[in-house]
Parts: sequence; structure tokens; C-alpha cells
Amino acid sequence: MRHDFIDRYSRIESPVHRLPVGLKFISLLFLIITIVTVPGNLYLLFLAILVFLLSIVKISKIPFSFIFKRLLLMEPFVIGIAILSIFQPDGLSIFLRILIKSTLCLLTIIVFSNLTRFSDLLNFLKKIRMPSVLLNVIALMYRYIFILIDEAERMQRARKSRTFTENKRRYWLMQGSLIGQLFIRSYERGERIYRAMRARGFS
Amino acid sequence: MHIPDGFLDTKTAIATSVFSLTAIAVALRRLKNNLEPSQIPLLGLSASFIFVAQMLNFPVIGGTSGHLIGAVLAAVLLGPDAAIICMTAVLLIQTFIFADGGVAALGANILNMGVIAVLGGYSVYSIIFKFIRSPRGTIIASIFAGWFSIVIASIFCAGELAWSGTSDWSVIFPSMTNIHIIIGIGEGIITGLVIAAIYKTKPAILETSLIKNYSGSRKSIIIYSLIVGTSLLLLVTPFVSEWPDGLESVASALGFDVQAKQVDINIKLLSDYSVPGLNNAIIATIIAGLLGAFFVFLLALVVGKILIQKTKNQTSS
Repeated sequence: MRHDFIDRYSRIESPVHRLPVGLKFISLLFLIITIVTVPGNLYLLFLAILVFLLSIVKISKIPFSFIFKRLLLMEPFVIGIAILSIFQPDGLSIFLRILIKSTLCLLTIIVFSNLTRFSDLLNFLKKIRMPSVLLNVIALMYRYIFILIDEAERMQRARKSRTFTENKRRYWLMQGSLIGQLFIRSYERGERIYRAMRARGFS
Repeated sequence: MHIPDGFLDTKTAIATSVFSLTAIAVALRRLKNNLEPSQIPLLGLSASFIFVAQMLNFPVIGGTSGHLIGAVLAAVLLGPDAAIICMTAVLLIQTFIFADGGVAALGANILNMGVIAVLGGYSVYSIIFKFIRSPRGTIIASIFAGWFSIVIASIFCAGELAWSGTSDWSVIFPSMTNIHIIIGIGEGIITGLVIAAIYKTKPAILETSLIKNYSGSRKSIIIYSLIVGTSLLLLVTPFVSEWPDGLESVASALGFDVQAKQVDINIKLLSDYSVPGLNNAIIATIIAGLLGAFFVFLLALVVGKILIQKTKNQTSS
């Protein structure tokens, strides 16, 4: 498995990583709510938050290039929706305000997701009484996303090695049946997992 | 369709969060009564499945490609309650791990793609399926419902952005909805293809939705309808009353610079999908939507027939 690209740095050691999850989670919410609710012209505040986030990245030893790359990856979506806000009276300043705010929020989430181990986050969610069905679903999901990605890639590779000519219509049909197969396999895997869980004392 | 942070104002963020939390609570309650312990892994894996299915690209025109959202697919396979929970889990992971979609906008994203798309799509699915009760009916209904789920979600998305003052309704509604009337066709066809593929290999999965539907509780159905209804009332209808009607609208559209300019932009952006001769982009969008619905339904009938024939040929040969 090589799909640790998302939160790769959530498992390294640093003073920030050792902070309690609850504190980090509440600071995340606090930061986001602050950025979203304050008026858009408080540039000094935004600058201060930016400096704060960057210094956390520095202390936590996450490479800046990694954070920057993740940010660039998500930025087109932000700009795509923001561009529609230009077409109204005073549109440009609204556009800029949105751009600054959402980029800053994006940065906050990316930094946060690389500061916290997912298992710690789950424990925290359990402590604040997230309904157990939802909690189980999320826990299983994080575990199996990567396995299913692998499975889908294997199936795609198998298909590619058997198709000589790429035809768009056929591609749609095959991609559709690939997703269908993926569901059937997930379904069967779910049954096996349940048996394994029972065998280990899950009730 | 994931709304990032910074696009919604406080009132919209709070209102949408209240709606989606209520829907999640109802879904969890209904699941609690129906879910067997053996189905918890199935639920988790289905959520991962939807997540991965969203990552698989379908080539469209030129270099562009589209992908599935999967709300209707989940609802057809698992039933609406489980679908709401799966979509919520997918959106939670996307928000907190992948930074796709905002934290403050999470309520709105869950409402659009997890609640409205699922409930809206599933009700359309059930209505069509009632008339054509056959495997072919399942495919036709899921194609149409897939398209519908995307269009309705985009209308809600536009409503939220307009209510926040981020974008003007007369710009955001036509552009969001028109684009998604097209994108939705892809969603519908992919959903149909996937359902057909599952039907071909393991028809038993499609006989009933895997997690049993709880038909006994009329109360939760009423609550679901209330959630959809009130959110619609709050987010979309304020703008409906602003729609000028009939001839008056044409006159006013010609009269005002600002409005005319906006219409211009829309026609430039979406010249293919706007009905020529109508100056009001909003009315044009509604007509485009109705024509789209008609077209997609015909398409669903045809594709459904082809896919079922294919399946029969392959099983008999």
C-alpha cells in the first residue's frame, strides 16, 4: 500500500503532534469560525493567522513544500466557485474577500490534518459521543479506502492489459462495470470482515 | 459541488447545519431499528466504495472528465437511511483529511449531496420504479434519479450561495443549474451502468435494498419531507417571489442595464443550453431544466433497454 499521501505527516514526532487532540480540534474550529465570520477587510488579522499557521508548520517539521502542494491542488476548486461572485455589484472585492478567506481556511485544514493521527481523532470523537454507527462507519472507511483504491487500480490495470483499442463508449461501459464489480467485492469483503470481527469477540 | 470555507455566511452555515444534523439524526434512528450488527462492516465498506467510485474518472469531451457523486447509487443499493450516513461519512473524511469542502460549509455540503441528493433522488427513483416494476425499471429509474439528484443538489447549492450574498441569484442559479443539467446526464448514465453491471453478476443484491427499509415509521418519512420542504422554502423560494412574471419580465430585463449585462454573461457562458429568444436567464434555466428532464427520461428508456438486452444476450450465450 502506498496511499499515505494524504496525511503522511500525521504520524511524525514533534511537540505539536504531541498536543492533545481535543485542543487541536477546538483550535481548528475556532480558527475556521474566526476566519469565516470576521469582516473581510481585517487583513492584519488574516496575516497574523497566516504567520501562526506557518510557524506551527515550522515547529511540527512538516515540509513547507508538501503543504504548499496540497494547497495548490485544492485551490482551483475555490477559484472556480469564487469566480461566479464577480458578476454582481461590487463583485471584485467580494471575490478577493472570499479568495483570502477560503485559502486561509484550506491551509488551516491541511495543517490540522497533518498534525493529528486519525486513530487519535477517532478516540476524541468517541469521547465527545459521536453516534457509534457513524463512528464505526468512519473508522472502517479510513481503513478500507486504501484497500479499495488498490483493488480498483488492480482491476483497471487488468482491463488495460486486455484492451488494445481505447474506445470512449466502451470505456464508459467498462468503467461502469468496474464500479459495479467493486461494489460486489466490497459487499463480499464486508461479510468476511464481519465473520472475522465476530471471531475476535466483536458484539 | 463541494463548497469551500468562506463562501457561506453565518446564518446559512447554521441553518444548513441544523437541517443536515436533523436528517442525520433521523437516519441514525431509523438505522438503529433496522441495522443488524452484521451490516456495520457493509455500511463502512459501502462508504469507502462511494469514496473510491468518486475518484474514478469518465472521459467526456476533449481532455475533460467527470466522476460520480453516488448519492442515488448508494440509496438504490442500501436504502435512503444508510445512504445518508454513507454520504455523510464520505463528506466528513473529504473535509477533514482531504481538505475537499470547508469545515464551516460542511453542513451545507452534507445537506446538498448527502441529504437532498439522496432523498430527492430516491423519491424520484421510487416513483418511477412503481410504474415500471422490472430490472429494466430499476435501471431506467436510477438513470433518471441520478440526473435529478445532481440538478436538485446544484439548485440548493446555488440557493445557499445566493442567500449568503456570495453571488447574485440571477447569476448563480442559471450558471450552476445549467451546468449541472449537463453534468447530471453523466451521473445518471454512470449510475445506470453500475446498477446494470451489478444486476448482471449478482442480481440478488438488487432485489431489495440491502439494509431493510423501515416502512413502518410514517413519522420519519414526515420528518424527512419536512427537512426537504423547509430547507427548500428557506433557501430557494425567497428568490422565486422575486421572479418577475411573463411579459413584465421581458420588459424589465430589456430595461435594466445590470440585468441585461448579467443575462449577456449567461448567454455567453452557456449559449448552448439557454433557450434563445427568452431574455430572462432564470426562466430560460427552468425551461432548460424541464426540457432536460424530458430528454433524460427518453435517454433513460433507451439506455435501460440497451443495457438489459446486453445482459440477456450475455447470459444466454
